[in-house]
Amino acid sequence: MNEMIALKNIQFHYDPGKTILNDLSLSVEKGSITAILGPNGTGKTTLLHTILGLLAPQSGEIWIAGKNISEYKRSELSQVMSLVPQSEVVPFNFNVIEYVLLGRTPQLGFLDMPSEHDIELVCETLEMLEVQHLEQRPVTELSGGEQQMVVLARALVQEPQVLLLDEPTSHLDLSNKGRLLKILQTLAQRGVTIVFSTHDPDAAAMIADHVILLKAGAVLDAGLIDQVLTSEKLTQTYGTEVKVLTIEGRLVTLLINGRFGEKEKVA
Amino acid sequence: MNSSRSLWAKQYQRILILAILLVIIVAASIFIGRYPQPFWMPLQVLIEDSMAQRLVWLLRLPRILTAALLGATLAVCGTVLQMIFRNPIVEPGFLGVSQGAAFGAAVAILWLGGGRLTIELSASMFALLGLAGSFILARTIKFGGWVLRLILSGIVVSALFSSGLGVLKYLADPLTQLQEITFWLLGGLWSVTWQDLLYVAPVVLVGLLIVYLMRWRLNVLALGQDTAFSLGAETTRERLVVLVAAVSATAVLTAVSGIVGWVGLIVPQIARQMFGPNGQFSVPGSMLIGAIFGVVSDNLARTLLAGEIPLGILTSFIGAMLFVVIINRSRIKLR
Repeated sequence: MNEMIALKNIQFHYDPGKTILNDLSLSVEKGSITAILGPNGTGKTTLLHTILGLLAPQSGEIWIAGKNISEYKRSELSQVMSLVPQSEVVPFNFNVIEYVLLGRTPQLGFLDMPSEHDIELVCETLEMLEVQHLEQRPVTELSGGEQQMVVLARALVQEPQVLLLDEPTSHLDLSNKGRLLKILQTLAQRGVTIVFSTHDPDAAAMIADHVILLKAGAVLDAGLIDQVLTSEKLTQTYGTEVKVLTIEGRLVTLLINGRFGEKEKVA
Repeated sequence: MNSSRSLWAKQYQRILILAILLVIIVAASIFIGRYPQPFWMPLQVLIEDSMAQRLVWLLRLPRILTAALLGATLAVCGTVLQMIFRNPIVEPGFLGVSQGAAFGAAVAILWLGGGRLTIELSASMFALLGLAGSFILARTIKFGGWVLRLILSGIVVSALFSSGLGVLKYLADPLTQLQEITFWLLGGLWSVTWQDLLYVAPVVLVGLLIVYLMRWRLNVLALGQDTAFSLGAETTRERLVVLVAAVSATAVLTAVSGIVGWVGLIVPQIARQMFGPNGQFSVPGSMLIGAIFGVVSDNLARTLLAGEIPLGILTSFIGAMLFVVIINRSRIKLR
């Protein structure tokens, strides 16, 4: 079976009575790129944290690589999955190379220090992401785009089978967005399973092969991108009229909002 | 290619220099004091004078070693707390430890006869009680992250002990007991013996060893909860282990020294400027700098005047001055 991640009937809440994830089931294939799409505050981050194992659902099952998540040791799990959080606040001015080295922690023994091999791997990864010139810079002084690449490098030196990214493109300009998505595509070709959340359907359309539409903590629809990313379904998800067009062979969303037009008329 | 030696060549070099410096300072401190004359004892005297030999062996040596341990422990405890709380201005007195120790010492002076060993035992008991109280209280708070809850609990426990201490001072006999409490609160190492040192050494050395071994893990624990988790850290348990190790060591030493402030705030800052934040070097670095700071401050405390200057006064003075220099030189990031 080629299923990398499977969630079955997940029920999650922080406070009783305020359900965040409601009877949520989904499945992600190995080596695929899956976008979790949905409006702000609909539980995308909660869902990623649940897959990661950081949050334990009140009921339901999570299977990672054919094994129930509760059967993994913490250190084992961190060798399978890594996370690029939405915004990583590093409180001290670690330089880039030291910060990225922290990504080797899962492969180190509990009291081990990083070795030559780890440092080499970090340098190679920085080169792959074309940010090796940042090596000695403090992470606290990087631009948004640079920092996202460095955080990605930290997640990649974990050598994960599953890479989870929370809104990876939200702070990036167009060229950085393009670079990041391209890298994710390359990684998927190498067999890494990629799951990222986004509120931006266009980012999903650029690289994802599967889309999960999330609304109010439940899966509205999930499947291949051509079948899920439709005008009708996006309109339903975001609660505002959206049109999906095909331009140069790619799906592009267009926000249609009656009130926009009216305002223009007034002006 | 970058090898770990060349990547961290500067750091390794600085650790070595500090270690050599510490050995030199400790050795020189044996000759510093007010016997036979102020400030310096010639080598000749130590070789010939049996009184000088007894004084060095029974008074100076245990005191110098305790000062080194005290400085190293306060400094590394500050480093641990600052990394775990992700806040560069936290210090070891934070979790009810200092106020707990002070209250414990006052209890011993007032009601338990005020013997030296009794004061130390009572102070370390209450210091650890303060730590435990902060942890237990933090578990009962229902909102906020783990760090916020611990900080709030630490403030509450400290305030409770400090009001209790106020009551004890009010009850104390102003001519004898109150003086003794006040003097204890000022902090100092004037009557440290080998017995005191042997009594604190096991807890302190084990505590320092645990922190030293976990110096790479500390980096991971300083990251956000979600990242630390995704890197495989058992965040709550690991933080607990390293905190208990560092703060217990501080608690038993505080019981011997009284309140010695500012070392745990200032030395970690200096260490981070010298070594960067990476715990691999900032942990041993702050231990060494702290030990040097402790020995030098205590040398000044016992030498400058004919009477003793309480160590806590000196460290606060030096520490506060250094702090002004440091915050003007660098931008300490506050969030």
